[in-house]
Amino acid sequence: MNDEAMPYRKPLPEPGPASQPFWAGLREHKLKLQRSKKTGKVIYYPRLVSPYGPKDELEWVECSGKGTVYSFTIARRPTAPQWNDDGDYAIAIVELDEGARLTANILNCPPEAVNIGMKVKAHFQDVTAEVTLLQFEPA
Amino acid sequence: MSLRGKAAIAGIGEFRPSRYTEGATTLGMLAEVGMQAVVDAGLEMKDIDGLVTESFAESPMFAPATMVEYLGIDAKFAEVVDHGGATGAAMVLRAAMAISSGLCDRVLCVTAARRERRSNSGERSSASTGWAGRRTDRTPYSEFEVPYGAIGANYGYAMIAQRYMYEYGVKPEQLAEIAVAQRYNACHNPEAIFFGQPITVEDVLNSPVVVDPLHMLEIVMPVAGAAALVVTGARTARKLKHDPVYVLGAGEHTTHRSITYAPSLTHSPITAAADAAFKMAGVRRKHIDIASIYDCYTITVLVSLEDAGFAKKGRGGKFVEEHNLRFDGDFPLNPHGGQLSFGQAGLAGGMSHVTEAARQLMGRAKGRQVKKPDFAFVNGNGGIMSEQVSLILGRDR
Repeated sequence: MNDEAMPYRKPLPEPGPASQPFWAGLREHKLKLQRSKKTGKVIYYPRLVSPYGPKDELEWVECSGKGTVYSFTIARRPTAPQWNDDGDYAIAIVELDEGARLTANILNCPPEAVNIGMKVKAHFQDVTAEVTLLQFEPA
Repeated sequence: MSLRGKAAIAGIGEFRPSRYTEGATTLGMLAEVGMQAVVDAGLEMKDIDGLVTESFAESPMFAPATMVEYLGIDAKFAEVVDHGGATGAAMVLRAAMAISSGLCDRVLCVTAARRERRSNSGERSSASTGWAGRRTDRTPYSEFEVPYGAIGANYGYAMIAQRYMYEYGVKPEQLAEIAVAQRYNACHNPEAIFFGQPITVEDVLNSPVVVDPLHMLEIVMPVAGAAALVVTGARTARKLKHDPVYVLGAGEHTTHRSITYAPSLTHSPITAAADAAFKMAGVRRKHIDIASIYDCYTITVLVSLEDAGFAKKGRGGKFVEEHNLRFDGDFPLNPHGGQLSFGQAGLAGGMSHVTEAARQLMGRAKGRQVKKPDFAFVNGNGGIMSEQVSLILGRDR
């Protein structure tokens, strides 16, 4: 996982009809997610319909970017060829302070330093001119 | 309406797993293994009136019609099942449903995976492409997981194992013993890919860590292979060659695709699937003679043993320690060697848990025959503990 100026070869997200504001937010280094009006719960990933029922509405809110490592693994072998040159890297499920869980990498620390319960904060990784990934780093 | 005793497994076809195929097509393998199962049942292809197949690379659309045409089947019921590793068990469930509803009476269920050596284009077999997050894949998985290298299944099961260890604790030796016991079984099964290669707990723990905390020998090895079953109405099955293996109970539960969004990492949808299957069958856990449990990883077995109700939550490690999981032990688990040691031939790997349970209940398991089994519990697991199908199979209605 490096931010070097080499051409970016890893798979890039293709924003869907529901997720444009999310990816646009990341480009501005802001974490914008949808919140259910009915339950008050923040959901990840963005959806066209609420998972909490037909009468629910989803509204965009800006989140703190703070969270906790819920689980993780260290890939000692690349999970796909595009990661062949990366060395060991941590893949984690992060539980945001707002409640939603998501998967990302934990950057800016050795993968061995990652543990369950570790406090992390969002790291906006500008991988191309168009795409910023939501990553995390120690808080 | 309960499915209990309405249908039975009457014929089995299975290829010996191999590392690679050369020039094979999935369609050809499906056809050959299907024919094997039909012949094994003592039937002819013209007797088959239902087909359940998987979607395969050479025919992503029209798979059932292609199969039906190729084999010369007159199908009154033909469909595709897309349940990942649970597909085999789910095929039997669906065949039993179709039969009990009166749509058809003799259903062929087929799975196969070819596996070519890496070709010049760099593309491997059809079995693995579904995980790769290809550009045509426009799902939340490709948008929110793949960019982070959350690709394949290893990382997901590793995160389950990490969380499980955090919440409940399990000794690495206890997880390793699951792989060791299955290798012991495989060493009594000449069809198994690891036949003749016993391993010890030390071997498992000394094998390289691939994704923390899982070692190489705790991770299933992809192979090529094929498996098929003929499922018929109970009355038909009684007139055929083998002792019928009745479908006594079935249950299914799916809650997520990616482990990120699973309701829990340590409590899987197996609980609901297994409870439904046991309830339908009217069989208790203590009556089960063989557990044929999907084993893509050691942790999968541990969580499955708990969620299917054989061990209390958090006590799986202790259960492994207190029981002998070998085919000649007090809790025979995956007598064929499981996928860990028999081999994971795509969806045929999951099907192998059904074929083995049926073979055992028919008394045809030769050198690894469990003594006089009456009931088997089968669990199919797809995705990352995502799709669960449980079956209770038995010799008597």
